[in-house]
Amino acid sequence: MAHHTHTSGSRDLQMARSMCWHCQSEVSGEYFCDRCVKVQPVSKETDYFTCFGLPRRLTVDQSKLEAKFYELSRAFHPDFYQNKSEAEQTISLGNAATLNTAYRTLRDPIQRAEYLLDLEAGSVKEIRTSPPSDLFEEILELQDTLEAYRASESASEAGRTLRAQLVAEQAALEGRKHEMEQQLQRLFTGWDALQDRGDAAAQARAERDRLLKQMRDLLSNRTYVKNIVTDLVATIG
Amino acid sequence: MSRIVGIDLGTTNSLVAYMKDGKPCVVPGRSGRTMVPSVVAMTDNGLIVGDPAKDHLTRSPDRTVYSVKRFMGKGLADVQNELAYFPYALTEKGGVIRIQLGAKTYSPPQISAMILKELKQRVEAHLGESITKAVITVPAYFNDSQRQATKDAGLIAGLEVLRIVNEPTAASLAYGLQEKTQGTIAVYDFGGGTFDISLLKLKNGIFEVLATNGDTHLGGDDLDRRIADLFLDEIKTEHHLDLSAFPDHMQAVRLEAERAKVRLSDELRTQVTIDLPDGKGRYTRELTRDQLDASVMDIIERTLAPCRMALNDAGLTPADIDEVVLVGGSTRMPLVRQRVRELFGKQPHCDLNPDEVVALGAAVQADILSGGTTDLLLLDVTPLSLGIETMGGVMSSLIRRNTTIPASAKEMFTTYVDGQTGVDIHILQGERELAQDNRSLARFRLKMPPLPAGVPRIEVTFLIDANGILNVKASDMRTGQSQSVEVKPSYGLSDNEVERMIEDSFKFAQEDVTARKLIEARLDAGALLTTTEKSLSEGSRLITPDAIVAIRAAVAALTTTKDGTDPKAIRARMADLEQAAQPLSAAMINDSLKRSLQGKKVTEVT
Ligand SMILES: Nc1ncnc2c1ncn2[C@@H]1O[C@H](COP(=O)(O)OP(=O)(O)OP(=O)(O)O)[C@@H](O)[C@H]1O
Ligand SMILES: [Mg+2]
Repeated sequence: MAHHTHTSGSRDLQMARSMCWHCQSEVSGEYFCDRCVKVQPVSKETDYFTCFGLPRRLTVDQSKLEAKFYELSRAFHPDFYQNKSEAEQTISLGNAATLNTAYRTLRDPIQRAEYLLDLEAGSVKEIRTSPPSDLFEEILELQDTLEAYRASESASEAGRTLRAQLVAEQAALEGRKHEMEQQLQRLFTGWDALQDRGDAAAQARAERDRLLKQMRDLLSNRTYVKNIVTDLVATIG
Repeated sequence: MSRIVGIDLGTTNSLVAYMKDGKPCVVPGRSGRTMVPSVVAMTDNGLIVGDPAKDHLTRSPDRTVYSVKRFMGKGLADVQNELAYFPYALTEKGGVIRIQLGAKTYSPPQISAMILKELKQRVEAHLGESITKAVITVPAYFNDSQRQATKDAGLIAGLEVLRIVNEPTAASLAYGLQEKTQGTIAVYDFGGGTFDISLLKLKNGIFEVLATNGDTHLGGDDLDRRIADLFLDEIKTEHHLDLSAFPDHMQAVRLEAERAKVRLSDELRTQVTIDLPDGKGRYTRELTRDQLDASVMDIIERTLAPCRMALNDAGLTPADIDEVVLVGGSTRMPLVRQRVRELFGKQPHCDLNPDEVVALGAAVQADILSGGTTDLLLLDVTPLSLGIETMGGVMSSLIRRNTTIPASAKEMFTTYVDGQTGVDIHILQGERELAQDNRSLARFRLKMPPLPAGVPRIEVTFLIDANGILNVKASDMRTGQSQSVEVKPSYGLSDNEVERMIEDSFKFAQEDVTARKLIEARLDAGALLTTTEKSLSEGSRLITPDAIVAIRAAVAALTTTKDGTDPKAIRARMADLEQAAQPLSAAMINDSLKRSLQGKKVTEVT
């Protein structure tokens, strides 16, 4: 849990935030002060799941997420703060921006996983610079083909053959990416089940670490393949 | 809260609308027309805007500005390859295009402000109240500089711009309001100067933009040019005449090309006639719809790639789109409708007037801001990725295109050299890898505390607000102190310059009022002098010589004052003359009364 690692400095911040900025009465995490009804800034310490009132899981109920996003948008959007004080307008703007980032992150399964794993166990976004071992040969070959294609006349016979090869390679890589995503999905389910059990035994911890490592590897491999596909599409158009 | 109006500031036509009994409505002018042509002419008698200015396009082409929206937020280099098409002289100062009109130069926001003022006066006259707040629409694909320029135009016109709204999104508001639609819609907006495509999800009053794309330099103007070039080529070969030396005829060709294009939306063939200069007769030809379509096909095709990109960004296929809505005058072209139908595989909607729907939507958004409409909410996106230049001239993206706004990103900066006191930051907008291929938005220098390299930690927050406009804030993470950031726009007016233009515009407004008062006073004085002379010649025999002398004196006084520049003095001398002439007019009325009575007696007797 990320909260264990808070330094005293950020705890002070949280304390400060649990008071209404306007009337100084207590507001514990609510978005609007009970007493003066003024909007409160969403704390930087609030994770996106808490922000949406969702459990910290890798699988989320999309329709619930969307409904909550719309509800909070109606609460925070600057459109509804035109007649309010400057302080409230600033809070509304900041909250709306945070809300939009939170929604964008949680809506996408991959970004959601990266975010949650980051919360649970530190950054997962290690940037891969060399191909995953099982793709090594394939990627090297692809790079050769790409180079040959760039050097060739696109209208020539050779150019057309190379292009066809690249198109086939693109399909193959997209297939791989899809496979990885399905694999990830299974790991997500496993992870959530483990969390639901709330088991703290040594065996469960080992299982947790194993899942974590597998997900991290898959996530970075998938990002690698995705970037290759993007480059490929940019080259062959 | 005082009333907020909605304004569609178009390349070709501009409109103003407001909310009346829960319904948006467009304000008509005296002629009943709702559209004000976005044309400004500088005449000897002052500035004129709209329909009357349109007449000056061929009469004084070098002093009549049209399509100024194409220059908003741009430098001269951006429009280099179309300079030849514009009859007025363009220069650049401080990264901003300047338009030369007579002895003065104007920035595009100043010209746009003149159009906005016209709309402001129009709605003020209609409602009988002063209007100081507005929502103004811009093409969805407008970048930060173009949006800022539009906001500046509002300020110069004396309008507080409470929101910049994207045109297709505004259209969807007007459309959704009327139809109570749910589902995914595509808004295809092809106007006079710009093209936009926006994909939206409508659900329970929330209008969520999923993706947007477009081209801010693609519109009916480009079609007109293509057709005009066709005519000009033929005039050159058939009549051995190069019209480019005749700016007035160039404008006549452009206008005739546009009229022919518009007619061909309803007819299959049309007759084109253009008078040639120096008594060289006239150029005539028949233009068919097929010929038109063939010559502009590639321009219309250019609208389809952005549509595909938007679909791709939103993760949608054409089959996912429930409805396609057409906005903008150029969507009246049958070829455009056909291509849109083919792309999306369904018949596009055009139930609402494509000319007015954007202004109507702007009025709805204005009503949301003033708290009138509470059930609708627009969640728009930023059309272009925002980033900063990093080492090696590469752009590092901070906020991706199609991110819902408001959106923010934070970035931490530090120093590389001991004691370094500042870091230069270059903000960019665009989708390309290299900084130089993207649009430069602004630069600023981040102040650093003089410490060993790597120790300072300054966090910069880049925030795109609900207008799609960037705000930058910086704070020192070590001290918690915030730092003011002076951002210098690459293609925009500085705050000082806008300030001065607002003052100028206010001064001009007063000068304009004074000038108009003077002209009116002179006209009225002239009329009074004429009637007085007429009365004197007819009725001097009816009054005393003293009275005649008094009138003569008053006439002389008014005649001299009339050539002066003080309208008040003219009015005062007019009053004097009216008083001096009082006995004369009384005597004349008396006399004519007497004679009419005599006449009656005669007839009664017989
Ligand atoms: N019937 C028609 N057929 C074809 N084109 C038409 C027709 N009617 C108008 N147009 C064209 O539509 C354009 C003007 O459309 P509109 O008023 O929507 O543009 P705008 O809002 O001023 O421009 P923009 O939105 O690009 O800033 C002009 O180029 C005009 O020639
Ligand atoms: Mg328009």
